[in-house]
Amino acid sequence: MSKSDDRSLGNIKSKPSPTVASNKDLPSISPKQGETGSIASPPKPSSDNTSVQLKSEKADLPQFEKGIIDSLVSKYGDSVKIIYVRPLRIKIEVPSKDIVEIARHIRDESGFDHAESVSATDYPKTGDIEVIYHLGSYTRDDLSSHILSLSTRTDRNNARLPSLIGIFKSVEYHERESFEMVGVYFDNHPRNDRFLLPEDWADIPPLRKEFRIKGR
Amino acid sequence: MIKDLVNPTNFNLMVSKVGDVLVRALDKPLGYAINWGRVWSLWPVHLETACCSVEFGAASGPRYDVERFGIIEAFGSLRQCDLIVVQGTVTRKMAPRLRMVYDQMPEPKYVIAMGACAITGGLYIDSYNVLPGVDGIIPVDVYVPGCPPRPETLIQGTMLLQEKIKRSKIK
Amino acid sequence: MSDQEERISETTRLGLEIVKEAEEDRLMTLSVGPQHPGSGHFRFTVKVDGDYIVDCDPDPGYVHRGEEKMCEYRNFIQNIPHLERPVIHDSSNITYSYSLAVEELVKIDVPRRAQFIRAIASELNRQIYTLYWLAIYGIFLGHSTMFMWPTGDRELIIDLMEALTGARVTHAYNIPGGVRNDIPYGFKDRCLRQVTNFEKRLKEYEDIFYNNPLLRQRTEGVAILTKEDAIKLGVTGSVLRASGIPYDIRKAEPYDIYDEIDFNVQYLKTCDSFARAYVPLLDMRESCHIIRQLLDKMPESGEVRAKLQPNPKGPPGEAYRRVESGRGALGYYIVSDGTPKPYRVKISVGSFRNLLALPHLLVGSKLGDMPSVYWSLNYWPVEADR
Repeated sequence: MSKSDDRSLGNIKSKPSPTVASNKDLPSISPKQGETGSIASPPKPSSDNTSVQLKSEKADLPQFEKGIIDSLVSKYGDSVKIIYVRPLRIKIEVPSKDIVEIARHIRDESGFDHAESVSATDYPKTGDIEVIYHLGSYTRDDLSSHILSLSTRTDRNNARLPSLIGIFKSVEYHERESFEMVGVYFDNHPRNDRFLLPEDWADIPPLRKEFRIKGR
Repeated sequence: MIKDLVNPTNFNLMVSKVGDVLVRALDKPLGYAINWGRVWSLWPVHLETACCSVEFGAASGPRYDVERFGIIEAFGSLRQCDLIVVQGTVTRKMAPRLRMVYDQMPEPKYVIAMGACAITGGLYIDSYNVLPGVDGIIPVDVYVPGCPPRPETLIQGTMLLQEKIKRSKIK
Repeated sequence: MSDQEERISETTRLGLEIVKEAEEDRLMTLSVGPQHPGSGHFRFTVKVDGDYIVDCDPDPGYVHRGEEKMCEYRNFIQNIPHLERPVIHDSSNITYSYSLAVEELVKIDVPRRAQFIRAIASELNRQIYTLYWLAIYGIFLGHSTMFMWPTGDRELIIDLMEALTGARVTHAYNIPGGVRNDIPYGFKDRCLRQVTNFEKRLKEYEDIFYNNPLLRQRTEGVAILTKEDAIKLGVTGSVLRASGIPYDIRKAEPYDIYDEIDFNVQYLKTCDSFARAYVPLLDMRESCHIIRQLLDKMPESGEVRAKLQPNPKGPPGEAYRRVESGRGALGYYIVSDGTPKPYRVKISVGSFRNLLALPHLLVGSKLGDMPSVYWSLNYWPVEADR
């Protein structure tokens, strides 16, 4: 890995500022800029794909990752929204009504066979909750280093989503944790009940943003 | 007159008086013997509350070997235990269980609070699920500071507890 | 006629109810933990029918300390000490993936020498973790020697780490941008000597524990987790590799300098408890091999830490990075909103993922196999609860 020896503060600051990513409603940032690119240094920080503009610079997209999403986009069209494509990481956003169908397609056609983690994030500024499934693959060698982030959004006052437990058995405990930590109700999940918190927990779910911890 | 003194109505009183006299007479030598027994065979409960259990495990390993100091490895059942080492953070879910374990142990029983979390909440003082110290639930005899305490510190804490037991009066 | 039919059906119903009640009486519910010599900070209830387990319901959360919420109130650097507490005996690995994710968000390049030192610390920590796991496995099976030997050998590696980082178990050594300090004088020789000694000890472990007929009888052919089930349940780490899938993050998605290191992913195809107990030993042996190469290839001098701003922050965005820890893939999903504090941190730990296999494996096996099956899952409750 080529490294410059000069690693001063100025050097870090002087780097070209990359295109700001665009998770569309991270609080306090610029409005959405279409489907935009990545903030990422890829896993090997030496490569130069620091920012990727999906629409304008399609040639810069990593080819392999593009192949994965092309089949999805061709089949589901507008309902699949590509948030970013960077080396080894893809993030797509789908509407909640289509998520089961698209997840089945991802499992059967694209080859992602298990969920590594399910994270629910609360965005009070836009009034919704984002649920991300980080999907990985054990069966296909060429996909073993890739993570497909399948995300969907739901209204935070009435947070209900269809469960993916019929597609990926491995989401069972993760979804149960998301239910009690952020308060997303998963339809068709066998047990939406207490898991990590005490049995007598009588407060709002702790990872909601309006839950303040004491003294802070 | 003796018949008056020893009759079924005040027999119990009589026995307890004699018992008191005996205890007062034998308090010193007997108490020393009983405390000696308690000091050198402390049985800790096998209840881990958080991550300090790793250092507790290391303390019973070959290098630190707490058995040298009369603390038997924590494998006993509750009914024969007399020491409870609270190994770290006590969460709100664990607290009732900890109290239940304490209540099931026979007297006399001693408590060591191991680690900063068991003393005040430590690093997790502002967490929503952590108790600020274990002394709100059970009475603590010795506090062992550290995050986590080194096994030497734990050994010193138990030796302090042994000093305390030696000086205490038997009941 | 119809009356008679009704009466008959009524009698049948009552009879069936009685049979059902009798069946339910046969089942006995056992609560294992949290005060139990063989459960740790964890409780699960099992229903047994005679000697066989028919139902299992895990109940974690006894050490749930709200790490993810606490992360939102501290900045990227302040988060390190409390994030390593879930696995204090594997603390270099749990902070490793956090550092990788923060480096991706804040955009720091790590000096080459720091990458080597990180990897050495990570491998040594993997050995410390696995030895502790092995010691507890010895207790679970009533094999006292196997508690004493690994605990004793572990202290030697802890000494090494103490010389390197200054703390026995909670190192806080991997930080965003590199490592906290350089290696001490004479560390290289000491480390090599230790690794050579340790490889000899591993042979002895095999003789006394893994070739022990008692262990073999209790674990071989017990609680089979087939390849298909392992993929479906999404297990990770040694449990996955014992089911015949050679998957290791160090190989699949090499981070830092692991792509320059030559090593094999150790896996077994027998899928039983014995394989799950044996793969960690193979991992430790491979880890010794890796440490030798790392020490050999490490640059002699250079920086060990990239300079950071006082309160590092990057543009808004998100990162998901993972490393191979002692228990499998350990991933951090961090969302940043442009401030020095993370907006959301989610830790995806190997223990939590392997927990799903516990009910799957226990149902249908004997109660006597419960300890060996449970601990073979490489499960550390504090990490799973977070």
